[in-house]
Amino acid sequence: MVNLIVDGKNISTTEGTMLLEAIRGAGISIPTLCAHEAVSRSGACRLCVVEIKKGNRTRIVTSCLYAAEEGLIVDTKSERVLNVRRLVMELLLARCPESEVLQKLSKELCVEPQARFIADSDKGKCVLCRSCVRVCEEVVGVSAIGLFSRGSHKTVGTPYNEKSDACIGCGACVYVCPTGHIEMFTTGDKRKIWGRTFKMKTCDTCGRYFAPVDQLKYISKKTGVPLKELAICMDCR
Amino acid sequence: MKTTSNIAGKTKEIVKKHGKDKSSMIAVLQDIQEAFNYLPKQALKTAASAMNVPFSRVYEAATFYTAFSLKPRGENIVKICVGTACHVRGAATLQDKFERTLGIKPGETTKDKKFSLETVNCVGACALGPVVLINTEYHGQVTMKKVDKIIEKINNEGAQR
Repeated sequence: MVNLIVDGKNISTTEGTMLLEAIRGAGISIPTLCAHEAVSRSGACRLCVVEIKKGNRTRIVTSCLYAAEEGLIVDTKSERVLNVRRLVMELLLARCPESEVLQKLSKELCVEPQARFIADSDKGKCVLCRSCVRVCEEVVGVSAIGLFSRGSHKTVGTPYNEKSDACIGCGACVYVCPTGHIEMFTTGDKRKIWGRTFKMKTCDTCGRYFAPVDQLKYISKKTGVPLKELAICMDCR
Repeated sequence: MKTTSNIAGKTKEIVKKHGKDKSSMIAVLQDIQEAFNYLPKQALKTAASAMNVPFSRVYEAATFYTAFSLKPRGENIVKICVGTACHVRGAATLQDKFERTLGIKPGETTKDKKFSLETVNCVGACALGPVVLINTEYHGQVTMKKVDKIIEKINNEGAQR
């Protein structure tokens, strides 16, 4: 166990716990976009910043990536923290003005769109947190998508923006995306994602379309479970 | 279909030379670019499967570095340095001159496939500014007048490789 002080409160947590969990466990809220249980941490959105004090020095760190330490003094609402978080929010809002998630979050943080940050119109709702790329690599294991180019031209997508052979249409990227940038349409026996149309499979028991054929084939190949056994939807299992 | 198999074959050779470890990916990409003057899609796909790296990871690296080109480039690559020192010494007007003379913008290639124009941020020869790099040859203290001469010389005699 390690003991630390958060906003003047004594907190103890297990070793290796990130500050984000420790602080939230104490009932203090911290805003984040990119911290998701399904993917590894990257500290990409920078909204979870807190100020830590060790000895006489204080420092701004991303709480989602900083492990709790014995005797650490954490401030989640200091002027410095709020300033950093406000600036980050202003920049995110200028990048993705049409994102409902960011609009709602900025209201909670009392952040208004700033005239000095000219709003982008070509970035969609993507904040480049890389969560979708991570889940596709770490959890699904196909690495169909990536972040391409660099700097202000960086975008998420499939190589050459073409239909990807690697994609299985599982929609895990849509699930982890914090801002709803990735579009997936499932209607009847078809699912459209990343410019490709997937054929959906009906459940052998209830007859409802429940998963893309390619996804079931991939799972069957990876786990060795026969395709027949996978042809039953989650509700009927 | 012959060209496709050529690209794939050459790429496999390059991967074999550097080894399959993903840490040699940049070296492989550099050699592919050396061989074809750009990174053909077929080569990237072949390299990805030969090195057992996802295609998206290879494409990420290829699009990240400005030294890599995904479009076929000309015989001669003109790199105008627009770093601070060269900028102060008039790289912008020089770039304008090259654009007008060749009729292309940075990142483009002339119709006859003779020249490609690129801008770079510093070539480490600031004392010679403004610097223009053509293939491997450095041209220092380039002036408007010199631009025509340089291009004429390449058109007549070819350039240093």
